[in-house]
Amino acid sequence: MMADTGSEEIAVIGNTDLTPSELENNIKNTMVEKGATLLKRMEINVAEAEKRTGKNAVSMQETYTVYLIETRAVDPSSEGANPAPPDSLWRRYSEFELLRNYLLVTYSFVVVPPLPEKRAEFVWHKLSADNMDPDFVERRRVGLENFLLRVASHPVLSNDKIFYSFLTQEQGWKEVVFETGFQAKSDSRLKALNATFRVKNPDKRFAEMKHYGDELQSVISQLLRVRARVADRLYGVYKVHGNYGRVFSEWSAIEREMGDGLQSAGHHMDAYAASVDDILEEEEHYADQLKEYLFYTEALRAVCRKHELCQFELEMAAQDLTSKKQQREELATGTVRTFSLKGMTSKLFGQETPEQREAKIKTLESQIEEGEEMVKDKNAESEEFVKNAWVDIERFREQKDRDLKEALISYAIMQISMCKKGIQVWSNAKECFSKM
Amino acid sequence: MMSGTVVDSGSPTAAVPDELSGQILDEDEDFEVFCKDSTFTDGGSLNASMQTSPGSMVNQYKFEEEEEQPDTKDIFVTVDNPESHVTAIETFITYRVLTKTTRSEFDSSEYEVRRRYQDFFWLKSKLEEAHPTLIVHPLPEKFVMKGMVERFNNDFIETRKRALHKFLNRIAEHPILSCSEDFKIFLTAQAWELASHKKQGPGLLSRMGDTVRAVAASVRGVRNRPEEFNDIQDYVESFSQKMTSLDKITQRIIREKKEYLEELRECGPTYTLWSGSEEELVEPLKQMAGCLDRCCRETEEQVQQLGNNLLPILHEYVLCTETLKAVLRRRDNIQAEFEAKNEALATKRTDTEADPKVLSLAWESLVGKDPEEAKQQKHQKLKGEIKEMKEEIDKLEDKLEFANNTLKGDWGRWKKSMRADLRAAFINTAEKNVEHYEKCLAVWESFLLSQRTEANEGDDGDRDDS
Repeated sequence: MMADTGSEEIAVIGNTDLTPSELENNIKNTMVEKGATLLKRMEINVAEAEKRTGKNAVSMQETYTVYLIETRAVDPSSEGANPAPPDSLWRRYSEFELLRNYLLVTYSFVVVPPLPEKRAEFVWHKLSADNMDPDFVERRRVGLENFLLRVASHPVLSNDKIFYSFLTQEQGWKEVVFETGFQAKSDSRLKALNATFRVKNPDKRFAEMKHYGDELQSVISQLLRVRARVADRLYGVYKVHGNYGRVFSEWSAIEREMGDGLQSAGHHMDAYAASVDDILEEEEHYADQLKEYLFYTEALRAVCRKHELCQFELEMAAQDLTSKKQQREELATGTVRTFSLKGMTSKLFGQETPEQREAKIKTLESQIEEGEEMVKDKNAESEEFVKNAWVDIERFREQKDRDLKEALISYAIMQISMCKKGIQVWSNAKECFSKM
Repeated sequence: MMSGTVVDSGSPTAAVPDELSGQILDEDEDFEVFCKDSTFTDGGSLNASMQTSPGSMVNQYKFEEEEEQPDTKDIFVTVDNPESHVTAIETFITYRVLTKTTRSEFDSSEYEVRRRYQDFFWLKSKLEEAHPTLIVHPLPEKFVMKGMVERFNNDFIETRKRALHKFLNRIAEHPILSCSEDFKIFLTAQAWELASHKKQGPGLLSRMGDTVRAVAASVRGVRNRPEEFNDIQDYVESFSQKMTSLDKITQRIIREKKEYLEELRECGPTYTLWSGSEEELVEPLKQMAGCLDRCCRETEEQVQQLGNNLLPILHEYVLCTETLKAVLRRRDNIQAEFEAKNEALATKRTDTEADPKVLSLAWESLVGKDPEEAKQQKHQKLKGEIKEMKEEIDKLEDKLEFANNTLKGDWGRWKKSMRADLRAAFINTAEKNVEHYEKCLAVWESFLLSQRTEANEGDDGDRDDS
């Protein structure tokens, strides 16, 4: 679908006769416009895919695919003149995953763009479930390019140094990533994401967003499942028509006057049966667009969870502070307002000495001081997070509305193309039948 | 009107009416001869009263040559209005049969009767009995085996009704069959009249005799089938296979489309569900759902069309091949009978040559007859027998020639109408498919239009033309 990988011209928007690939271009170009930084200065392509074999971490032979990333600086002054050849390097899928994990950890307030699926899911035809299938590899190439463009057009992510070196630094990139120490944070992040905890006062907007993310995930999954079944059935319908071709051909052999008409009609039936392959190939593109947003829901959910985590930590800190303050008060005034084991034991076994009490109060006071700092920090952290995350969520929302609307339009365009093909084939067949 | 031959329309239509109408008259004279002898002509349904003037014969001939001009059609039959009848023993359906005609053989110009499937079946048997080598259009099947719903569901009745309509119309269009007395009675008689007429006709014994002869003939087999009938036989074999395949393929397409439709039906509701979670996207999603629902309805219609138009015709032609095979068999039997009698004659002749020697002379002397006289008597007897046989064989030869000619003629006619029928059916299917796609195209184009007008209205500020 991304046939024109060499040039990234800014297409004219407002064109009403768009093909699906032109619409793709539109999405890309919108990325460029909306305040992106890196993408304005640099062209990025995932141009090719190749099979490699090598030894893996446990010294076993494995086959994997690598993807060629081409980059070229955009220089407005040299428009029209021969562009310089692009820089390029090869990356495999696992390196993309590494990059993404780094981004997830480092920018927890960003809805990080997803990678194309690791394994083919929601397949309509048994064949394309294979990871080595050339069609799957091709679609993955497109998906990886899309990922890079999304990151490169993101107002925050595009400025990341690790991302930049992913695109430009052939050797030693992995080491650089690990040096950031993100791995440790990654583990704790995963733990936190999966932990269950109750937040008393989450920001309503985030709670709604999380709920929306769940709904979107559910409905897109359902849509993808239905679509796969529909595609399967459509395939069957078209292919059976091929039998008409065969029988017409055989029949034409025993007819004199009807022979020619039958024979040529048969050819059109064969063409009709064959046309479904292209049709479903194009539809796969639509499914990929839906899948991107299916995976986006996970990233959205992660941001909402992160907010909950922040809020939870804040609430815990505040709660802790409150209880410490209360304890101090009790000790200072000698009254036991809250039930505590200490209180009970002191009642039963007698009060502490004044010196003991003094010591306790002093400890508490320093703890309270720390606690107040903690709460202040957590509060600031949480506010900061909410602010930044909500900006990105809004950005994401706008992007999603735009992209999905374009996707629906491109689906309609595909259907129109399919109908036109159908009209042509059957009109031709009708002419042939008239000659029977 | 009774024309002895039906023009073979496989040959180029360069005929000059004047020349040929003369020919027809001659053959009609021959035909008269056949009419008088009932043993081998077409049963009892042809009689002298059916002959019409030469003028209208020429009309019929013209009817043959020029493709069924409506102005020469003088009998119109419709089958409609199925009604269910429940009795103590059975439930059955009757159909109304309406006839409008200007033919003089009919007392009135309009008739309305009710008939059930049995009656149609009776008519077909009578016609085949009377015209063993004419091709009678098939009836819809008696039972439907293929795991369909019970006999009397609406689709089944509708399909059967149409097939019965076609059956009668084909007969009405046929120059020979339409003049059949049984056909006339079928169209005009009241229920009790028809019942009493059915009881007439050759008695059981005579019919049994016919059957025995037919079986004997088919066992004997045909020695020298003319090449053209071999060709027809081969064609019918292949054609039968093709029609059966096409029938099966079409059934499969209908099945696959229905399954596709089932899945497609879930798409619209999923988009509607989705629209419930969205704000900006509510409209496009709802419209998407609407489009998919409309496409579903179009597909439903398309499937129905296929089942109502193409499938029944393919099925009819599958049944036709059975008819054709039967006709060829009957022709073969006639030829076999003729060949057998010929052989018998040859045997008798050799008998005659041989001297009636020892045994019979001995017998003669025992009885006390003069040997010379006895010899003469025997000779005369044999000559008499041979003369009789020769007469019979001549009749059989004529019968065979007649059978061959009618078959050839009707074969040409059949091929023509087969071609027309199937061509029309396939054209119709292609047209319906084009229509289907055109309607779906309109649905999606309207979707695009609505999205773009929204876009143009809303986003004018955002668009950047560079």
